[in-house]
Amino acid sequence: MIHVENLSKAYGTTKVLDIPELEIPKGQSFGLVGNNGAGKTTFFSLLLDLIQSTTGHISSNGIQISSSEEWKPYTSAFIDETFLIGYLTPEEYFYFIGELRGWNKADVDQFLEGFTDFFNDEILNKRKYLRDLSKGNSKKVGIVGALIGNPEVIILDEPFANLDPTTQIRLKRILKALADKPEVTILVSSHDLQHTVEVSNRIVVLEKGLVVKDLQTNTETMKELEAFFSGEPADVE
Amino acid sequence: MLKKFITLEWKSFKRSASFKANMVLKVFMVLGALYFIAMFLLLGFGSYFILEKFELEPFPTVNRFLIYYLILDLIIRFFLQKMPVMNVRQLLTLPIFKKTIVRYTLGKTIMSYFNWLHLFFLLPFSVVLIQQGFDVVGVLAWFCSVFALIFFNNFINILINNRDWLLYTIGGILITTVGLHYYEVIDPTLYTGPVFQTLYSQPYSMLLPLLMLAVAMWLTYRFFFNHLYLDSGLSIKQQDATTEQLTWLDRFGLMGTFLKNDIKLLRRNKRSKTTLFISVLFIFYGLLFFTGAVEAYEGPVWRIFAGLFVTGGFLFTFGQFVPSWDSAYYPLMMSQNIRYRDYLNSKWWLMVVATTVTTLLSSFYLYFGWEVYLAIIVGAIYNVGVNAHVVLWAGAYVKTPIDLTQNKNVFGDKQAFNIKSMLLALPKLLLPMIFYAIGHYAHSPEAGYLIVALTGVLGFAFKEKVFSIIENIYKTEKYKTIAAYSESK
Repeated sequence: MIHVENLSKAYGTTKVLDIPELEIPKGQSFGLVGNNGAGKTTFFSLLLDLIQSTTGHISSNGIQISSSEEWKPYTSAFIDETFLIGYLTPEEYFYFIGELRGWNKADVDQFLEGFTDFFNDEILNKRKYLRDLSKGNSKKVGIVGALIGNPEVIILDEPFANLDPTTQIRLKRILKALADKPEVTILVSSHDLQHTVEVSNRIVVLEKGLVVKDLQTNTETMKELEAFFSGEPADVE
Repeated sequence: MLKKFITLEWKSFKRSASFKANMVLKVFMVLGALYFIAMFLLLGFGSYFILEKFELEPFPTVNRFLIYYLILDLIIRFFLQKMPVMNVRQLLTLPIFKKTIVRYTLGKTIMSYFNWLHLFFLLPFSVVLIQQGFDVVGVLAWFCSVFALIFFNNFINILINNRDWLLYTIGGILITTVGLHYYEVIDPTLYTGPVFQTLYSQPYSMLLPLLMLAVAMWLTYRFFFNHLYLDSGLSIKQQDATTEQLTWLDRFGLMGTFLKNDIKLLRRNKRSKTTLFISVLFIFYGLLFFTGAVEAYEGPVWRIFAGLFVTGGFLFTFGQFVPSWDSAYYPLMMSQNIRYRDYLNSKWWLMVVATTVTTLLSSFYLYFGWEVYLAIIVGAIYNVGVNAHVVLWAGAYVKTPIDLTQNKNVFGDKQAFNIKSMLLALPKLLLPMIFYAIGHYAHSPEAGYLIVALTGVLGFAFKEKVFSIIENIYKTEKYKTIAAYSESK
């Protein structure tokens, strides 16, 4: 589904990302972990053509994302608060995204019914604009917004950050359900190893812009990741 | 501490993404400022003798109209003077006294050009007065009083920018007095003239304006000091939100979706609301030309200028800043299922609709004859055909993010319309004026109108072509724009 070739991003002489090759097949749920400055957000921004790569390119479904806009109809993302429109109410925001993706009001309403738990009665009909929501609540809106319109590629940057524990658990359930769909490719980045391991079937570790580990998730993955990030040698067979 | 604040600001100016554009604008602003200084100097030295020539008593006449001078100053300040902006939030938890922060923000406004400009009129005028044998002490008292009132205006302006009720009260009083004067019910200058004259004849009366200044300063100081909390002056007022459907726009498809959003943008943010209000004011700007109120505007070429201005209010105040209005969520717009063409098209339609509506609204100009309204219609055609494109084109290079929420903060910049937007509008006005002049002087006024209108129609015909070019510019500028917009965070 997503094919990365020779991709690098440099600011001046500092390379912040360098991925010679990476293939993300359709239907995979792809977890990206790494410390601050590892290049996670840079990679996602490149995937969305929000920044320009220094070398190489990314293609999605055979479409080179920096030269065509054809990937937009089936791709959606929530990176940060710049993906929210502050002067809209959550409902209006959802309808707006829905309309962009060919859903009418009824479709969106029906879709939102499935998120009653997740919203925990803090989002809809609250007579508040997005700009007045708390960080956690606006994150909920952004994540759900990114799921509208049956996108085939979903990119979520740090979706677990700022969420309360209950919502984190509910989000994991949602992501797992999506991961089970064969046509949906999910890319999630996180600082939380446990969450990422739970929702992804493949985990890539970035460090200083380089892919240092590429693991298919199994029972040993968590141990291996912990060993890696604590700086102790991994004792995995 | 002062030095630290100044370094902070210098850094924020120098390191901003729009630094180059800011530099160019600054150069123009400095040129403009120098021009006004020169004009004020001329007036300062000359007005005494000019008034004498018209067989008026110079000093009493100046005193008579001084009230309007001060009122005009306040109005100009309200629209053009930048409010003290400071990133106060970050400073609150640092070991800095609150009073230092407030003093610095207010102190900054004292340094404003809008205050010192008047010195270039007042000082030479006072010198002339003394030279003409007026009492030195009296003139000095008069000079200090008027200068104090200029600073009084400075602080009042800050207060009315932050307190709506004060704005409406002062605005109401001003409109009533001017109205009473205009309809010759009462001539307020007959009453205020002697008051200003007293400042000269009774020098100790200068204590009154000084007291007024002190009170205004104290009020502003207290206002800022009391609002230096996260949940008061630094907070953003929460409004009760209602979900609006605007379903009547659904029939326009994707365009309707964007238009819905733009309408909400315009209605729900104070900054864009001010923009709308000002673009309505633009409609009445033509009155200056067609009533012959301002002599300098009598020339035929000014008609086309008026036509452009009357119908172009929205284009110049809103369109000019496309896509900056969407700067807060630009990454969303760039990664969602949106094509540039649709996005640009919706903004273009918004401008076309606004221009059409203003053209219809300004039909009251028919009162001044069909020729006047013809100039307006020609201006509208040119605005839609050419300026709408130019505005979108230029927009790709204007990378100043607009923070829609900031203006609700006491310390935030509230200006929707400032010198910068005026400067950007100039080229859009000059070109058609030249076109008109060619037609007018080579043949007839009708030929002038025809040339301008034809240019407009031609621009309209090439819309698709121009849009392709603009689309490409937006694409190449895209990464830079995203980077510049994210800077405000």
